[in-house]
Amino acid sequence: MCKKADHEAPEAMAKRVRRTVLKMVYDTKSPHIGAAFSCVEALVTLFNGVMSISPETVGSPDRDRFIMSKGHACAALYAVLSEFGFCTTNDLCAFAVNDGVFEEHPSIDLHRGIEVSTGSLGHGLSIGTGMALAASIDGRKHRVFVLLSDGELNEGSVWEAVMFAAHHKLTNLIALVDANGMQALGHTRDIIDLEPISEKWKAFGWHPQEVDGHDVDQISASLSALSAEHPNVIILKTVKGRGVSFMEDNLLWHYRAPDEREYELALKELSE
Amino acid sequence: MRTAFFKRLESIYADNGDVVVLTGDLGYKLFDRFRALDPKRFYDVGVAESNMIGIASGLALSGKKPYCYSIIPFLVMRPFEQIRIDVAYHDLDVRLVGAGGGFAYGLEGITHHGLEDIALMRTLPNMTIVAPADRYEAERFAELSADHRGPMYIRLGHTNEPTVHDSVPEIEIGKISVLRKGEDVALLSYGRTVSTALQAMDLLSDEGISPTLANVHTIKPLDVEAMAELFKTNNLILVVEEHQYEGGLGSAIAELAAEMDYTGKVRRLGIDRTKAYVGRAEYQRERHGLTPELVAEKVKKEMI
Repeated sequence: MCKKADHEAPEAMAKRVRRTVLKMVYDTKSPHIGAAFSCVEALVTLFNGVMSISPETVGSPDRDRFIMSKGHACAALYAVLSEFGFCTTNDLCAFAVNDGVFEEHPSIDLHRGIEVSTGSLGHGLSIGTGMALAASIDGRKHRVFVLLSDGELNEGSVWEAVMFAAHHKLTNLIALVDANGMQALGHTRDIIDLEPISEKWKAFGWHPQEVDGHDVDQISASLSALSAEHPNVIILKTVKGRGVSFMEDNLLWHYRAPDEREYELALKELSE
Repeated sequence: MRTAFFKRLESIYADNGDVVVLTGDLGYKLFDRFRALDPKRFYDVGVAESNMIGIASGLALSGKKPYCYSIIPFLVMRPFEQIRIDVAYHDLDVRLVGAGGGFAYGLEGITHHGLEDIALMRTLPNMTIVAPADRYEAERFAELSADHRGPMYIRLGHTNEPTVHDSVPEIEIGKISVLRKGEDVALLSYGRTVSTALQAMDLLSDEGISPTLANVHTIKPLDVEAMAELFKTNNLILVVEEHQYEGGLGSAIAELAAEMDYTGKVRRLGIDRTKAYVGRAEYQRERHGLTPELVAEKVKKEMI
């Protein structure tokens, strides 16, 4: 089992997670490495002490909940879960294979830290809203974190949840938008321009913060400066394919897995 | 039957702190008591059915027992994918309570008719489908739904359905109730058309024909054992339903009949979607042949 090295810099872990993801994707010829790379720092930050959840508390009603609404980027989630002991490296070897453990979109697996099956965009925030509402009904103090993609904001159901959460002041709900600026067929600005994203959320009654989604300090700081009056959203300004020069902001890596040469090149960049 | 269902649910809501009631901004005056009893467990989510189902799923994943209410097409068709993934695949304790089965919303038009709901819900794993025949059964299903494990679709009519019972019956989910035991012919129905079939039985008995009438209030899972018995003892099975032909109970029975090598006839009376009329619910039913007279006629014709 992989275990987080004590006092390790989160940046070092992020780099290792990218190498793990690269290997998983290369071995299985799976898609979506670009979307996985853009949310690595967010995942590492959340699991590294922000969220109150551990392999020992997966069954506790008071645990924080994490929902990977952008389910297609799950290779990054699996790699991070293994870093924190929710699953084993053997589980990672059983990614995207017949009779495996992990699919190319996450399936509910509480013991391995996966709260809910996702993969169809526009579901996660509503489910998270329901979880946050349940906590509020019961007077429990835990929080619900939902990671969405920016393309996902095209889905109308996201805004249904946004309106509900704001109306009911679900301050225990924290949305994170991986704003890597790309969706399945191109740049978001060319397909459905989302800007100004923060102002949209603000107009809907949320407390938005915009940060560099690859800067763990900025992400951490935003998560320590949450509003106690409104639901919170962190807009993570990120780069799709971040960490490997030839994958960055390149739509090809929403679909392709690296060949042997590309794998070696990418691994070299991620090992520096 | 809608009022009867929610009246019974009110007391369950009062007793069981895990029950949460959600509505997609429909049900005028239906929920006043819920709000008064405990405003923290009743939510009008607004005109946002997809979000309602997602929220219900999040609630259920947190140990709650959510009930979602709307008019059938808005409850099960608009958010079908949320029901498919969030509710059915996760096998959650979410209750979908739909008003307006068949033509109950008559003149409000096709947007409000519930004619494909059984077909859609039948395709989903883990989904239990029930349809009470009258207000007493509605009350019974409100009771049963509270302890049921897994997702459940409850297809209600609306108001003033003719009663089949005179008190709350002891029916069970998944068990066909035989309302009349006859011979040679079996009528199968659920929901409002059970009373139509009952009246048809009276017409037929005047002519010396006495079929069995089975109330298939649980459309999924089908009571396979009871069906095997009905196949054994009847030469004609007629399914009567206020639902389109494709995918309804009639389809389910035909599938079962084929698998069980039933050698008698399976016939269906449902809604032919190549025809559409403007009119009140009663008029629609009449035009589509769902009257006691036409049901009786169909039986006689098929018996030959």
